[in-house]
Amino acid sequence: MTVTPSRASFRARHPTRFLILALLLVLLLLVVAPLLVVAINAVKSPADYAAHGPLALPGHLHWKGVVDFWNRVDFGLKLWNSFITSLVVAVLGVVLSVCNAYALGVGRVKGRIWFLVFFLIANLLPQEALVYPLYHLSKQLGLYDSLFSIIIIFTVVQSAFGTYLLTSVYTEFPKELLEAASIDGAGRWRALWRVVVPVSRPTLAVLFTFFFIWTWNEFFLPLIFLISNDNQTVPVALGVLQGDRLMDATTTSASALIGIVPAMVFFLLFQRTLTRGVAAGAIK
Amino acid sequence: MAGSTKNRGYAVYLVPGLVASTAVIVVPLVMTVYISFTKWTGIGSPRWVGLDNYTRLFGDANFWASFGHIVLLIVAMAVIPTFLGLVLAAVLFDYVAKRFGDRWASVLRSGYYLPQVLPVAVTGIIWGWILHPGYGALDRILESAGLGSLARNWLGDPKYALFSVMAVMIWFQLGYPIVIFMSGLQRIDPQLYEAADLDGATWWQRFRKITIAMIRPELYVVLVTTTIATLKIFGQIFVLTRGGPSNATLVPSYFAYQNFFEKAQVGYGSAISTVLTVLIIILATVFLRLQNRAERS
Repeated sequence: MTVTPSRASFRARHPTRFLILALLLVLLLLVVAPLLVVAINAVKSPADYAAHGPLALPGHLHWKGVVDFWNRVDFGLKLWNSFITSLVVAVLGVVLSVCNAYALGVGRVKGRIWFLVFFLIANLLPQEALVYPLYHLSKQLGLYDSLFSIIIIFTVVQSAFGTYLLTSVYTEFPKELLEAASIDGAGRWRALWRVVVPVSRPTLAVLFTFFFIWTWNEFFLPLIFLISNDNQTVPVALGVLQGDRLMDATTTSASALIGIVPAMVFFLLFQRTLTRGVAAGAIK
Repeated sequence: MAGSTKNRGYAVYLVPGLVASTAVIVVPLVMTVYISFTKWTGIGSPRWVGLDNYTRLFGDANFWASFGHIVLLIVAMAVIPTFLGLVLAAVLFDYVAKRFGDRWASVLRSGYYLPQVLPVAVTGIIWGWILHPGYGALDRILESAGLGSLARNWLGDPKYALFSVMAVMIWFQLGYPIVIFMSGLQRIDPQLYEAADLDGATWWQRFRKITIAMIRPELYVVLVTTTIATLKIFGQIFVLTRGGPSNATLVPSYFAYQNFFEKAQVGYGSAISTVLTVLIIILATVFLRLQNRAERS
């Protein structure tokens, strides 16, 4: 008896139901369209583009644009620079965040609120407020135009965020586990590595992922610090070429495509961690 | 007292972090504030000029223009994505997920989030090409659709440049609030919705009375983080327009960059950065106060 009326109302709502889904799909297409347009034109020959315009599918797959651009900017090297920088920053950033948060969250050292405010502000500061002195000092220390400078700076900047997030997690850390460890004779150092780190591994994975991707995507400081071709990261190498006279429709698409692909790979690899992390309130 | 002795051994773990932050953040920040009171080209030693940079700054039309642009960009990067994202998240969460299945909702969510995972510089390249007057895709498409009269120099014409950048930023930002809000919505007790349904509430009434009230903490976080991100915007402007044409898209961070690295007016650039920093700290403080008050009530 109850099935009939609900079915009737179900059917009556059908038009709106599909109208809403159609609108959402149109919006999805609008969001994804620029990436699709880039993808089809990156593998199109310039003649094909001139003849059929940006929306036509390529007559045949023409990889020359991508390969030429790859070789022109020595893209393999830029990928390596970005990868090694992001990896080292992610590892060191997590280690530094863990140490800070261990003292503030588990250890509850004196003045912890002020330290937290300090790390929060450090995370919010615009890089413009730090850039010139950092540029000047790194020149004097011989660290200018070296990946080391970028690694040091981003490790500190990212760990400010990590400390803030992780401290709130460690404040809730189960006391019984720490007491059990100390009864077993573990000192603070052992308790950190044997108990705290393994238990908080999921949060650390989120932090690692964020630090890696944020560092990969950074543009402002690498633009200023990495001026020689051999040291550039992916975003800098691609960013500074815009407006270059050698760029045309298919070459620009090719350059955008090789910038998109690594980001998409990370997105697919880290998708779970990312959505979980954004959901945990891990926000920048 | 026993507690404080017990906790004493932890302070040493804070040492590496504090030393590193002092070197990379505190010292440079203090130097920037100091330099903002001097005239300096970056070579030799800075010469103390008191408040000269600041008086010059407050009389500089470009400075006011750059903050005017930021106000419009806040609309594009914070206000529109937050409210559009809120509606979309609610539709995905309690309409699409319930009637078409979770799979649809999560596919749509991932799709909308996609621009957020791209490096800022790469989004600039994509749109720089699409909007290019010579070889860009948009004008080609408009022409082949017989709408050639609508074709514009989107980024090169001072009349349209800022609006084009705003459109790009809406595209870029939309996914972030959707993801945050959808996870926040999971906190809401389904019984609240059922009760509203029993009372005969429409979807829109339910959205206004329940969804927005329950999601308020996320709403604050998203608005403030996107507003701060707007104040710091640099990458897209650098790649899309370099602040041009004729300063039509100039923003504070690019304005500071120009003074630091193109004009060698380091003191003036530092004054711009200092003002920007103070603004961001005020904004963050106001936000934390509001958040505290909301939590207490």
